[in-house]
Amino acid sequence: MSVDPPETTREHLAKTGWTYTFLSDPKGEVLRRYDLLHPGGGQAGDIARPGEFLIDPSGTVRWRDLTENYWVRARPETVLGVFDGLKGRE
Amino acid sequence: MRKRNLLLPLAGFLLCGVAFISYPMFFAQFPATRDVPWMSWLLFALGLGMVGVGLARAFRQPERYRGRVAGPIFGVLSLAVLGFFLFMTLSLARQLPQSVGAPKVGEKAPDFTLPDSQGKPVRLSSLLAEPSGGAPGSWVLLIFYRGYW
Repeated sequence: MSVDPPETTREHLAKTGWTYTFLSDPKGEVLRRYDLLHPGGGQAGDIARPGEFLIDPSGTVRWRDLTENYWVRARPETVLGVFDGLKGRE
Repeated sequence: MRKRNLLLPLAGFLLCGVAFISYPMFFAQFPATRDVPWMSWLLFALGLGMVGVGLARAFRQPERYRGRVAGPIFGVLSLAVLGFFLFMTLSLARQLPQSVGAPKVGEKAPDFTLPDSQGKPVRLSSLLAEPSGGAPGSWVLLIFYRGYW
């Protein structure tokens, strides 16, 4: 999810071939509700601060990562490892 | 004997420029060279080393090497590039909101509806309710990213 409008995302997906769901929140309404808005963080205004949330089917957050440095993000293998661990405990 | 032109400080400075540019353009694409930019630091070290050797030659053997004016200029410029790189990766990138109100582990993720890349409305609770692999519901990984693609 980002503040990019669907058209921008569509162009990017055409280039990368990624198929998972990309959501657009150009006004930052959901970002505000999640307290993840970075006011003035982008070239042209408010953007999302990076963050990842793993949510179980009941809608409960089971894991999250809020990086302190936007060059450093959760790695896919880390998230998959966390997911396998949580699923194994069920 | 004609004095030799000193290319080392210039080459070192250019290498520092490459070290700077290659991080956002290339090394940041790979977690191994992104999270800790050791490749970039290595390139900076090589570049500054070349400048240093060039300066040492210019000042210790002025009869053989030129560059007592250009060398220090390239040295200062190289340090400035390194300084800006460190500011960009260590300071600027950390100026993020604390997000103390973000949903914590164990809390419910607020429901929402947002358009996907085709403009089709997508609701979080609907994604979670989709059956998957024999289970009645799905897990969802919600990723917030800075955008501007």
